[in-house]
Amino acid sequence: MTTLSWTVADSATMLRRNLKHALRYPSLTIIVAAMPIVFLLLFVFVFGGTLGAGLGGASGGRAEYAEYLTPGLLVLAIAAAAQGTAISIAMDMTEGIISRFRTMSISRAAVLAGHVVGAVVQTMIGLALVLGAAVGVGFRPDAGVVEWLAAIGFLALVSLALSWLSVAMGLATKTVEAASNVPMPLLLLPFFGSGFVPTDSMPAGLRWFAEHQPFTPIIETLRGLLTGTAIGSTGAVAVAWCVAFTVVGWLWARRNYENRPAR
Amino acid sequence: MNPAPAISVRGLRKSFGATVVLDGLDLTVPEGSVFALLGPNGSGKTTTVDILSTLTPADAGEVRVAGSDVRHDPRAVRAAIAVTGQFTAVDNLLTGAENLRLVADLLHLGRRKGQARAADLLERFDLVEAAASSPTTYSGGMRRKLDLAMGLMGDPRVVFLDEPTTGLDPRSRRAVWDVVRGLVADGVTVLLTTQYLEEADQLADRIGVLDGGRLVAEGTATELKRMVPGGALRLQFADRRSLDDAARVLRGATADPDALALEVPSDGGVRALKDVLARLDEAAVEVADLTVHQPDLDDVFLALTGRPTTPSDQKVSTS
Repeated sequence: MTTLSWTVADSATMLRRNLKHALRYPSLTIIVAAMPIVFLLLFVFVFGGTLGAGLGGASGGRAEYAEYLTPGLLVLAIAAAAQGTAISIAMDMTEGIISRFRTMSISRAAVLAGHVVGAVVQTMIGLALVLGAAVGVGFRPDAGVVEWLAAIGFLALVSLALSWLSVAMGLATKTVEAASNVPMPLLLLPFFGSGFVPTDSMPAGLRWFAEHQPFTPIIETLRGLLTGTAIGSTGAVAVAWCVAFTVVGWLWARRNYENRPAR
Repeated sequence: MNPAPAISVRGLRKSFGATVVLDGLDLTVPEGSVFALLGPNGSGKTTTVDILSTLTPADAGEVRVAGSDVRHDPRAVRAAIAVTGQFTAVDNLLTGAENLRLVADLLHLGRRKGQARAADLLERFDLVEAAASSPTTYSGGMRRKLDLAMGLMGDPRVVFLDEPTTGLDPRSRRAVWDVVRGLVADGVTVLLTTQYLEEADQLADRIGVLDGGRLVAEGTATELKRMVPGGALRLQFADRRSLDDAARVLRGATADPDALALEVPSDGGVRALKDVLARLDEAAVEVADLTVHQPDLDDVFLALTGRPTTPSDQKVSTS
């Protein structure tokens, strides 16, 4: 076999290991999926009446806010899953088995790739649950088949980007506690962007930040795909951000993994 | 010259910050032999294993394991070794059998070969019944055995055992020793670290005493024991008066009044023994008990490093 096919085989082995972990230690997966659903209910039923009226659309109120909120909430769910990924890889690094992997003649990238792909699979399952809940509270996407496929692919790309970043963060920290804190900015950024309210309702300085930070184009692209708002050039900007996150996260994660102390 | 050694280390140095852990370590282990690295906590045993098993880079020095350089060709080294560390390297969320399966997959053994080898190792290590449960339910000895079994899935030529029996009960310790002897019978080279002198004595062909980041002595157990002055006779008395009488007769002996014991330097030979007993007989001193103390590795360690291996090993006679 070639080196590449070995890397793929080893990564698949590691992926099986991580999915088994997720099934046998499900509390992290459940918390990560439950948090966005709680936020969905909170924002739609508690704040939704007022916020929806502020959007100034024809129907107004809760239904319109659910429509506006869902894309941002899906991105928030990906960020929450990324936090879970950082925690789980930091926990894994405390296990002696990682030392074993490092003394075996296996692809160094496989341990990390297994975590990342496992995280993407879990995130996509979590997103399906959040989307189901959103439809339950009145979200009515108008996407056709092509838009749905594009939306799913785009969500997978965002998950991949944030997973690599969070794997790097989880490896950079020395304790599991720190690993749960470092990805916090990822969870806050959807709030300081177009995730929950339109950016043009914000004061000038904040608005400038909100329009130029990576999460706004990501949320706007998803909103366009699901609800038919204009995408324009934001799609390319969003994809560029995702590719940048993936590359930076990948390089950073590899470096952290190689330079980790032995035990 | 003999064929290339399984492990060869020249001038190995490693510091963590300002702390020098290894200070020019030299080490040669011939193929198919067992080498024990003996030393107290903090003497650099684990760091040595970490460097030899490619986990930690060295600061300086040349290290070759199974014919390959650890710095330039770590993959070749990894393909030839197995490591069992102080902290068991098993996956607690998988069952025992799944742990072995995971290793088989990573070694690309293929389904049938992997299963056959796993079954064989489970049988050999008496883990068949535990195979379907998580290692969290295992005893310390069973965990260590599973750990070893995972290492042996790949048919390693060199096995590193870092304190393989620390924290195990005597029965599990013996089980691990049997495993090591089995490896040797198969021609595997073993480097083990231990702070138990008995373990080194039992298992190793050669023993290296590690202190302050370098080997302060190396040889067979017999050779090392020859390095210390000699043994002693330990005489036990029924009361204080007998002890004092005996101490008067036997000059140069060390009395331990609390234990009512007297230690007489001696080579442990029959003639010396007869002589001591004759003198006590002459003085009409009754001896309650007598033991001949041969020098052991504890004495070797003390003589070489100027301190006992662990505080609890301190001997009364050294006061």
